[in-house]
Amino acid sequence: MQRTSPLIRALGAGVTFLVSAFMIVPVILSLAAGVTANYFQGIWRSGATIDWVAEVWTLYAGTVFLSLQIALATVAATLLIGVPAAYVLNRHPSRGARAVEEIITLPLAIPGLAIALALLVTYGGFGDFRKSWAFILVGHVLYTLPFMVRSVMAVLAGIDARTLEEGAASLGATPWQRFAHVILPNARPGILAGALMVMTLSIGEFNLTWMLHTPLTKTLPVGLADSYASMRLEIASAYTLIFFIMIVPLLIGLQLFAASLDQTGARNRTGQPAEEIRP
Amino acid sequence: MTQQSRFAVILVLPLAIFVAAFFLLPMAQLAMRSLFSGDGTLTYAAILATPRYLATLGATLGVAALTTILTLVLATVVALFLARTRFPGRGFVIALLTFPLAFPGVVVGFLVILLAGRQGLVGTVSQAVTGEKIVFAYSAAGLLVGYLYFSIPRVLLTVMAAAEKLDPALEEAARSLGAGPWRVLAHIVLPALGPALTASGALCFATAMGAFGTAFTLATNIDVLPMLIYTEFTLNANVAVASALSILLGAITWLALTIARSASGSGVAAAG
Repeated sequence: MQRTSPLIRALGAGVTFLVSAFMIVPVILSLAAGVTANYFQGIWRSGATIDWVAEVWTLYAGTVFLSLQIALATVAATLLIGVPAAYVLNRHPSRGARAVEEIITLPLAIPGLAIALALLVTYGGFGDFRKSWAFILVGHVLYTLPFMVRSVMAVLAGIDARTLEEGAASLGATPWQRFAHVILPNARPGILAGALMVMTLSIGEFNLTWMLHTPLTKTLPVGLADSYASMRLEIASAYTLIFFIMIVPLLIGLQLFAASLDQTGARNRTGQPAEEIRP
Repeated sequence: MTQQSRFAVILVLPLAIFVAAFFLLPMAQLAMRSLFSGDGTLTYAAILATPRYLATLGATLGVAALTTILTLVLATVVALFLARTRFPGRGFVIALLTFPLAFPGVVVGFLVILLAGRQGLVGTVSQAVTGEKIVFAYSAAGLLVGYLYFSIPRVLLTVMAAAEKLDPALEEAARSLGAGPWRVLAHIVLPALGPALTASGALCFATAMGAFGTAFTLATNIDVLPMLIYTEFTLNANVAVASALSILLGAITWLALTIARSASGSGVAAAG
């Protein structure tokens, strides 16, 4: 479609191929190493095995369950706190609403390490809270809340929520009835996309969690860091394999969701670019 | 207060309480703790007078800047190619290139070890070819490779979106007036991509500045700011310095993201 010179096009193709290889080859290496009997000898000579995966499961199954528990609790908390707030911010646009949006987005602009440190110097002395998984939950909610709020706000901005609500009000619906029966059903795509995003981010969160965890509250990424530092390569890889199995379906769901939301035009205003996720 | 606004206050109250208790108060606390060290000296002055801290700050800025430049170059070439070429499997390639966006930094660090560590692919291949085993995962080069790995998907998404919107007529016009491919690139394509490159470059810089997981896994011999904060806090129990460095780091990433936002005109934010 464009008359680009063949040389430039070949250059582009070559760089694209190399960058793609750079992104995918290490992942394949990791997947293969997790099912290789002896990585040093290679998968062809030593054969494939699921022994390492089984060993990881006996060592680290607890971290998988804790991560799932925290992720589900984070989704629940962001729904309870974030969805009503997103509705208000959308319904009453003002300087104050902008300021609130700015403040809840700040945790994305400040490194997780700094936020974790702030939580530690403030609440580190509250022993029972500090030692419980709720301490990690607070960090995760702080980090994921902006994704939920803006996901819901984007959908509400795309549908004319005000007119719908005025219609309901003229029929005598109370504010609560309008929120529960008009707004929530209409905001569903945003709520679902937000929940999927929050779940994915919570399962993979490391920066905050590493500072907030205790030996008794180890999540999956914390366990991963642990295994990378102290376990043989095959075990570290098998553990990473389990992580990929958990995270990849969520990522595929997110991509499909983003595509369908794009089509409805709901992401126009505050649609959240995925590049905001921090590694 | 009307019934309507009372209802709005009730709905926004849980968020307000949560953010005040677990974000605003702790950040204020962190700022207070960062002011004075145990012996009563001003922490920020002490940091500026300590060569080790300044060296780490310089190294972190350097790694982040180098990551940003390399990522922008690679992502622009790939984005332009993918935006103008249709081929079978193109969607799959785009998915491949953007999927690693959600990988935690620790996992990225491990992927670098698999590439360039003691049992890594680069070492195995180089040993077979030249007899010498190349291992660079635990050096500054390994860190840079890891940072590139998590930066490329983010920058690519933004630049590709901008590249799709380029007007081919402008390039046609320049070409018909006799401009060669490099002149078209320098005078038409890159200026048009400018805002996207600035926005994604600033985002990339902020992300690289704050990244912790990758450096933690690689345990490289060069120190970066997040690692310094971590060791000051956990190993040296130096809360004042750790807090001050955190505030400093937060200010740098926040500033970079403010630049990103004004360039893109929309809400963009992320740091490690």
